Amino acid sequence: MIPLNYYLALSAILFSIGVVGVLARRNAIIVFMSIELMLNSVNLTLVAFSAYLGNATGQMFVFFVLTVAAAEAAVGLAIIIALFRNKMTVNIDEINIMKW
Amino acid sequence: MSIDTIVFFILAATSIISAILVITRRSPIISVVYLVFNFIILAIIYLTLHAQFIAVIQVIVYAGAIMVLFLFVVMLLNLGKEEMLTEKITYKKRIAIGLAVVMSVQIIIGITTSFGEHPNQLSPLATQIGTVEHIGKVLFTQYLLPFEIASILLLAAIIGAVVLAKKRIG
Repeated sequence: MIPLNYYLALSAILFSIGVVGVLARRNAIIVFMSIELMLNSVNLTLVAFSAYLGNATGQMFVFFVLTVAAAEAAVGLAIIIALFRNKMTVNIDEINIMKW
Repeated sequence: MSIDTIVFFILAATSIISAILVITRRSPIISVVYLVFNFIILAIIYLTLHAQFIAVIQVIVYAGAIMVLFLFVVMLLNLGKEEMLTEKITYKKRIAIGLAVVMSVQIIIGITTSFGEHPNQLSPLATQIGTVEHIGKVLFTQYLLPFEIASILLLAAIIGAVVLAKKRIG
């Protein structure tokens, strides 16, 4: 059998790849995709714990994380479209209207 | 090494490689395709954990609906020529990559040492709790209120997306 730690380690690695994407990339769409990657790695942790502890609550959480991810994707992409319409770019270095 | 472990390592390696490809490709469209691939691999990992319902909604909602939305937006926006999308590797990015590596090592050390004993095999209940029947039963009894709140959240997201993407008149 595979120990639970393997799943947790895989999830940690995927999460860190997502963090690199958010910190290092300048394309807003790819930053957004990296956030999805991080959400998914957390889902993997929840499903793994749910299966190893025999408790359905983890899978319920995944269900709600999926709902939030869908809502977040819809609103976030709408924000990106609105930004592109105003600035003609999705490079987050050039978008600094919220900077003080 | 048992067949389970070999399958797990193949799936894990594929998912990590596709995740790295997502954040290193220049063109967002290629990134989207690799992200869909990554989600499908994760769905297979969920299947090996006996979470059938989650695996199916992972493919339908994530790989299907959300990624199509991404693809739609990428194709809607005119991002310019491919050469324009090239990003330089600056010292800030090197620091970011170093920090992320440190963080992943920290998380892995944390989960392997500080929690004490982790269960080493699937719970005998695992084959039952992932089914649509059991998920549905729990969702509509114990988690009924969060389920209803999630529907309000989705309604708010729909309205928010329409308001944000609408062209301002006047």
